[in-house]
Amino acid sequence: MANNIPNRQAMCEALIELAQEDRDIMVLASDSRGSAAMAPFVKQFPEQFVETGIAEQNIVGIAAGLAHSGKKPFVTSPACFLSMRSIEQVKVDVAYSATNVKLVGISGGVSYGALGMSHHSLQDIAVTRAIPGLTIILPADRHETRKMTQALAKHEGGTYVRIGRNPVEDVYESDDYDFQIGKAVVMKQGSDVTLIGTGETVRIALDAAKLLEEAGIGARVLNMHTIKPLDEEAIIAAARETKAIVTLEEHSIFGGLGAAVAEVISTNHPVPLRILGIPDEPAIAGKTAEIFAHYGLTAANVLQLATELVKAKAEQK
Amino acid sequence: MSTVTELKLKSLQIRADLLRLIHSAKMGHTGGSLSNTDILTTLYYEIMKHDPSRPKWAERDRFIASKGHSVESLWCILADLGYFPKEELATYCQFGTRLIGHPNNKVPGIEMNTGALGHGLAISVGMALAAKKDSKAYRVFCLMGDGEQAEGSVWEAAMAGAHYKLDHLIGFVDRNRLQISGNTEDVMGIDPLDRKWEAFGWHVKQVNGHDFDELLETLRAVPEQTGKPTLIILNTTKGKGVSFAENQPEWHHHVPNDEQLRLAIGELEAASAAIAEAEEERGMNG
Ligand SMILES: Cc1ncc(C[n+]2csc(CCOP(=O)(O)OP(=O)(O)O)c2C)c(N)n1
Repeated sequence: MANNIPNRQAMCEALIELAQEDRDIMVLASDSRGSAAMAPFVKQFPEQFVETGIAEQNIVGIAAGLAHSGKKPFVTSPACFLSMRSIEQVKVDVAYSATNVKLVGISGGVSYGALGMSHHSLQDIAVTRAIPGLTIILPADRHETRKMTQALAKHEGGTYVRIGRNPVEDVYESDDYDFQIGKAVVMKQGSDVTLIGTGETVRIALDAAKLLEEAGIGARVLNMHTIKPLDEEAIIAAARETKAIVTLEEHSIFGGLGAAVAEVISTNHPVPLRILGIPDEPAIAGKTAEIFAHYGLTAANVLQLATELVKAKAEQK
Repeated sequence: MSTVTELKLKSLQIRADLLRLIHSAKMGHTGGSLSNTDILTTLYYEIMKHDPSRPKWAERDRFIASKGHSVESLWCILADLGYFPKEELATYCQFGTRLIGHPNNKVPGIEMNTGALGHGLAISVGMALAAKKDSKAYRVFCLMGDGEQAEGSVWEAAMAGAHYKLDHLIGFVDRNRLQISGNTEDVMGIDPLDRKWEAFGWHVKQVNGHDFDELLETLRAVPEQTGKPTLIILNTTKGKGVSFAENQPEWHHHVPNDEQLRLAIGELEAASAAIAEAEEERGMNG
């Protein structure tokens, strides 16, 4: 469904509702309240807002201190800086010390496509995934962002969330569905091949599944909103039942969703796997759609890849 | 024509060029780019030792745009000087371009990739340290934002610059008093900035960052103190030269629409005409 509400705005709306009930919820920003769409929160709850200025290491340390004192801080800062500039604070002050800090990386992936590699966050899943104890979530649309924000307010523990800058087409019709941290959502059943997306690539997987269906191929679509802890069961079931997997991510092909899925199936149920993402190079400049098209993150390309996988499978029999 | 008059006209031209660039790409950092146009014009057209035909000339002075988001003025100046063809400006921020929204050292004239704030000064310390070790005479100029001063890495580098007595290192703070979320003193207070840098061992100067006489006088005199890096606080106006953008936080990354572009170019052309007229009058009287 067409939609003009970006996920960051959906998160702000959810946080406003939550903050009304829970005075311990706090939002932090590093000269980023506008880019995080948090200005309405700041206006309504100035006492539950902390501005740190352009200081991403500091913002994570301050959040850890607040959490230590019983606050529930949501740090909203561009994903590229929050995940990399402050990674040691994330490792030591958040994960190692087990503080209840929610790190919200905004404008993630290639949202800032023409601003270059300094502004892309295409390594954030890889680095945060290697840190023990962190939960990692990429919501797929505004409905999921809302569900996730509500779940996070109740969840204890360090979390890294990544959301994009622009509105994404809905993948859910409403927020009337079961969202559980760590549990993949089966968006569509199918037994010929499985497409696994995370965050904003779930939409592409759904579009590709439709094309596949027209070509007579039944694709299962998994929304792997939680990268850690990973829903291994859903992945193993997909491998066993569909025997071919394609993963899609707005991330380096190293260390992200595809790598995580590969780790699971190679030790449990090896099947052919194609990892779609950004290759090991500074991503080309451009708008998100242009960059996605350049690297084959499109429904048409997934159609082709999945068709080949299914054909190879049939020939093997 | 006096040097100052030439610089004034040049910086008005660069302002018009960068506005057209941002307008056509529909993206860019208008306010911060207009704010630092005058210091960049002074450096590139008068102060720095550099040669567009030999971008890697070993003896060149180095410039590092630590506030890399203000790249539009830099792209326009480098194109104007012939570092790359002017036509390439049309690719700014378009698909596949090398003229992205931040300095990119695949482009001749750019030393280092910047864009993440708080990196430039440390890089500059390294370059100045290398010059010292190799007994080279080149200088290193590093332009920072005032919002950028909140990054701790700025102060780590400040400490090192003084520790290694890098008197051929010149830092600037574009003190336009605005960052994205508003006034720097509301977002994260940095005053008294001069005393902070002094306490870190730097020789500190304050100038009007839009006054070419002052800029030239100050820059021709550095280093005033041997054994100390210099920090020049440029008191500036964000959005300088475009009446409706001046001192407006939204214009950090506002993009002019057709009408605003027309108005802005009109103001800049009127300013150029006034300078030319004054020059002519002076010529007739003198
Ligand atoms: C490490 C880092 N954090 C955040 C940003 C996003 N950002 C770009 S420009 C800017 C504001 C800069 O303000 P200031 O340094 O005062 O520059 P100016 O006002 O001259 O544009 C911010 C926060 C960034 N580029 N790098």
